[in-house]
Amino acid sequence: MVPILVTILKRVGLGIITLIIVSVVIFTLVQMLPGDFTQAVLGQAATEETVAAFRKELGLDKPAVARYFDWIKSVSTGDFGTSFSGFSDIAAAGADQRRVADMVAPRLANTLFLAGITALVAVPLALTLGITAALKRNTFYDRLASVATLTTIAFPEFFIAYILILFFGTLYPIFPSLANVDPNMPFLTRVYVCALPALTLTLVIVAHMMRMTRATIINLLARPYIEMAKLKGEPPSTIILKHALPNAWAPIATIITLNLAYLVVGVVVVEVVFVYPGIGQLMVDAVSNRDIPVVQACALIFAATYVLLNLTADIIGIITNPRLLHPK
Amino acid sequence: MNENFQNDSADALGEATFKTRRTRWQRLRIELKKAPPTAIFGMLVIITYIFVAIFAPLLAPYGEADNSFAALLPWGDGHLFGTDQIGRDIFSRLIYGTRNTMGIAFVTTLLAFVIGCGLGLISAINQSWLDQLISRAVDVLMAIPALIFALMMLSIFGSSVTSLIIIIAVLDSTRVFRLTRAVAVGVVVMDYVEAARLRGEGLGWVMRQEVLPNIMPPLVAEFALRFCFVFLTIAALSFLGLGIQPPAADWGSMVRETANMIQFANFDFKASLTPLLPAAAIALITVSVNFVADWLLQISSGLRDEH
Repeated sequence: MVPILVTILKRVGLGIITLIIVSVVIFTLVQMLPGDFTQAVLGQAATEETVAAFRKELGLDKPAVARYFDWIKSVSTGDFGTSFSGFSDIAAAGADQRRVADMVAPRLANTLFLAGITALVAVPLALTLGITAALKRNTFYDRLASVATLTTIAFPEFFIAYILILFFGTLYPIFPSLANVDPNMPFLTRVYVCALPALTLTLVIVAHMMRMTRATIINLLARPYIEMAKLKGEPPSTIILKHALPNAWAPIATIITLNLAYLVVGVVVVEVVFVYPGIGQLMVDAVSNRDIPVVQACALIFAATYVLLNLTADIIGIITNPRLLHPK
Repeated sequence: MNENFQNDSADALGEATFKTRRTRWQRLRIELKKAPPTAIFGMLVIITYIFVAIFAPLLAPYGEADNSFAALLPWGDGHLFGTDQIGRDIFSRLIYGTRNTMGIAFVTTLLAFVIGCGLGLISAINQSWLDQLISRAVDVLMAIPALIFALMMLSIFGSSVTSLIIIIAVLDSTRVFRLTRAVAVGVVVMDYVEAARLRGEGLGWVMRQEVLPNIMPPLVAEFALRFCFVFLTIAALSFLGLGIQPPAADWGSMVRETANMIQFANFDFKASLTPLLPAAAIALITVSVNFVADWLLQISSGLRDEH
């Protein structure tokens, strides 16, 4: 078991290094802001003192390296700084400031809820469809699934979203077309309100996941040891359960996590369509207002989720690899 | 685009020789005859779109930003698809949108390929510290989801068409780089490349004459797929209001601007379809390019299903 542990530790170390570099990149990009930025945020009427105070709040009077470590130190304690939106109101500066962490936390919870229910439906559905399509290769069912998924992949998310709104939101008003959730809602109402955004995301993700699963399984079934098992005369169920499946876990885990990572990005557009109060919509608003601390926090959260999901995929791949489990 | 995968060295022999060798066009026609119906459909759609994009001013009944009409007119009656919330003809804007949306996506993909292919070839030939440096930089860029990265860059540099093209091109060039490098590494070690270098040919010549023609087929298919990704990313950004800015007509922002009409499906069903028109235009072209790319992949590489 020792070599496998070393491999995992190496991969975790690589993941941590990636995270650090990503944080440096996000931090450095913000340093490339144009020089008149304080003026743009505070408005033309800002006095010398407010500009100086604002620069101090941003820490612009310190060298960049010191600022990076300050930023990382506060981020690791959950403090993402102060939103710029309070600064535009010069009179109330100080009283009206909003902590970025307080803005992000409830929205992150909402996004995770939406992604969670989507994954619960999409993952089993996609795997079932993908595996059956691979086993019944080149049948009508397989071709239909192939054309349908290729079409869905090529559709922009908002196209699927508006078609669903047209049919289930306005023509046959079964589900609400705006997903206004609030924290006090009972669980089932929340699921009901989230139905259309979750359905949109499910359609998008099932198409991707199914194609990848199908390709993986087909690739697997073409391996010599499967043919060997067939020639030995083993029944199909044994071939699949005993020979194919142990080798399929790693690629399937990779497919699932890759698509969950894709979900993280897909969520942005869908949240905007359905006015769902999630972190994607927060980021889009922050980008159009150029509220940099919020953009920075959202980007860091998205990137960290992405990196962690990829890391998980690799670790599952290592753990379930039969060749690493039974070293010679 | 179609000739590129007809990767040949025998063209010079061509017509002059007595042994009848098929010309480029004959071989193209044979491949086209064998093409599946989905690919034919895809090519027809792409040709139509290119035609519309080039002749947009001649085809559109009204101007791109001509808002001299009443707002929110219904379908028909001089305006095939009605007018939008500030009185611009939807049909004309759809036609002009072809030009803007496809043009920007095409330029972006081209730029991504120039960057990605160039660096990929350099990495494959060099294979030293430079290769390591570029490869690790690409790893970092790919560790952040592209749309999130683009959003962040746009918030810093502001959303203009130039920054949009550069940002998306740089982000997408990472995948082109990976593919080019992976394919080129196998070609660079071939004897004919070695022979060319021993002959004393320059690095640029070896890259253009020996390596590039041999890695062309997968790159052509990748170009089509990349174009789809770039197209969808730009459409998504425009839909979010952060991409192509008004008054330029663009499908992504048209969906956003007319989205409210969908609420009136029970009163005027046709009008409620208006936001779906630009979205469908996006969907149709990406489906078509995907179909063609699928076919290109099948004839150019071993990616087809074994039977």
